[in-house]
Amino acid sequence: MQTRLRMVLPDQELLKLYEQMFLSREFEERCAEQYAKGHITGFLHLYSGQEAVAVGATAGLHRDDYILSAYREHAQAIVRGADPRRVMAELFGKATGICKGKGGSMHLFDPSLNFMGGYAIVGGQFPISVGLAFSAKYRGEDRISACFFGDGAVNQGTFHESLNWAQLWQLPVLFICENNFYGIGTEVHRSSALASIHKRTCGYDIPSEKVDGMDVIAVYKAVKYAAEKVRESGRPYFIEATTYRFRGHSMADPAKYRSVAEHEVWKARDPLPNFAKQLLEEGIATQAQLESIEARCRQTVDEAVTFAEESPWPEDSSVYEDIYV
Amino acid sequence: MAEMTYRDALNLALKEEMRRDPSVFVLGEDVALYEGSFKVTRGLLAEFGEERVKDTPISENTIIGVSVGAAMGGLRPVAELMTVNFALLAMDQIVNHMGKIRSMFGGQTFLPMTIRMPGGGGSQLAAQHSQSLETYFMHCPGMHVLYPATPADAKGLLKSAIRDNNPVIFLEHELLYNSKGEVPDDPEFLVPIGRAEVKRPGDQVTIIAYARMTILALQAADELAGEGISCEVVDLRSLAPLDMETFLSSVRATGRVVVVEECWRTCGLGGEIASRIYDACFDVLQAPVKRVSGLDVPMPYSRKIEKICIPQVEDIKGAVRDVVSGRY
Repeated sequence: MQTRLRMVLPDQELLKLYEQMFLSREFEERCAEQYAKGHITGFLHLYSGQEAVAVGATAGLHRDDYILSAYREHAQAIVRGADPRRVMAELFGKATGICKGKGGSMHLFDPSLNFMGGYAIVGGQFPISVGLAFSAKYRGEDRISACFFGDGAVNQGTFHESLNWAQLWQLPVLFICENNFYGIGTEVHRSSALASIHKRTCGYDIPSEKVDGMDVIAVYKAVKYAAEKVRESGRPYFIEATTYRFRGHSMADPAKYRSVAEHEVWKARDPLPNFAKQLLEEGIATQAQLESIEARCRQTVDEAVTFAEESPWPEDSSVYEDIYV
Repeated sequence: MAEMTYRDALNLALKEEMRRDPSVFVLGEDVALYEGSFKVTRGLLAEFGEERVKDTPISENTIIGVSVGAAMGGLRPVAELMTVNFALLAMDQIVNHMGKIRSMFGGQTFLPMTIRMPGGGGSQLAAQHSQSLETYFMHCPGMHVLYPATPADAKGLLKSAIRDNNPVIFLEHELLYNSKGEVPDDPEFLVPIGRAEVKRPGDQVTIIAYARMTILALQAADELAGEGISCEVVDLRSLAPLDMETFLSSVRATGRVVVVEECWRTCGLGGEIASRIYDACFDVLQAPVKRVSGLDVPMPYSRKIEKICIPQVEDIKGAVRDVVSGRY
């Protein structure tokens, strides 16, 4: 048991996973606070609870691989390397935001990191991820396209069209379903005839597996294996990561459709304290080391908030910019 | 110069641009082995191979989404939607994605892609295959909308569309594919986006038209000349951006305008053009802007009644006579 984590990754990498998860959580909880203060407006979908998926998956991908996601994507962007200050500034609607204040919470994008966007039409990112995979194949580039989406997206036409297409054209797409069991307030059994989502790929002969999305190491191992399969075969692969969001769908949602008991079960599986415990038990980190990581993350988020607060608003003239080349 | 059909001019434009730039590829339903429902992609598979000429599933929304992703990844896709009617299945990717991505991502990417769509009515294809949906796309920022009337413009505009770094909706009229005209041989012949053309000079009435309506307007102008009425025919060519300068300067010279649109009249582009004319040069108008439009009905099949729903040469002539004689 003591060496279990070390069999997977070196200590520094394990600590990095913890730091990324903690930073993601801290960032999201501070977003909630800034939303309550009126500094962040519009829709705000927080990721708290699902950190093991973004962090484990990103660690299992190459830096050149494309990542696309839906509208609950702050963590995916930050874990990939987006500057938390510029992400927070984007949420504040400031000119220094990662998309100059044009996108907001749901539309983060940084092509220098191959982070190819947050998309707010459910299922919109499926065909775009296929197109990016096609461009990589066409240009002979060694990269795959990793497409994140929720359980709600699997009933859109684009899901089926894109799975069919990726397999038909033999394209390197890794589909990663973050199954948090609710599409806003509709539980997965109330929307999907086959609620075991990874089984849906049999119609397209795409290999798939289900992984515990509350376990960062399990996600890492599954994605690393799958990404290598995709890279080797040039064909798609599908992962369903079961997870849970600790907050409502958005800040406007008190999540009354979920029972307290259910919430408690999942809270007990919170990936942060559980991974911290594992790191301590296996002697990979001391309590003091973890606290120092946590303090560093809090400081990063403090700086992000200050940066966002102090940044200028976009100029009115910017509304006509960046529409056409 | 060589005489060729609108179809062959488009085909040549595709071939020339694919020879010129290896990042250009073609995708769509039946475009490769079958060589296109209207044979615009004839010979492409043989010349460029399966890597660059791609048959797709019947998944219109995903055809456009894949094009968006490929464009973001550095390619220059030319997608064919078998007809404009099927674009309605792809409106999510066209409007919510293609038209928004550059702006909502703060200008960090661009989408050099073209979507070709045959459309228009007049072939007795009934309600679901006879639509003129140009204003649907004109309404959305983030994309250009082109609609050529002649073989030369078809070639020059398609080449410009493929080379342009913005998304372009490229409409083709199904009844023009067999029409013939002189087309420059020069592989660098380009028709600029956003530039209308005076296809026939005149001094009494300006007829503003596009695509097949331009051809009908030219015929009407010919016949009206015999009645002593001189019409200037402005072919818009580019519906977005609109070349206001060209049609406004014609209107300032003639003081009378007829706008011919194949689309439905309600919210049709004739209304937009009329409004811009009223804003810019109300003072020079000697008659209200007259619109000749498609009827606001689902297209019927029977050729006898289909004809009533689409502007005809006689309708254009009648409208011109009205604005000239003061019967409006």
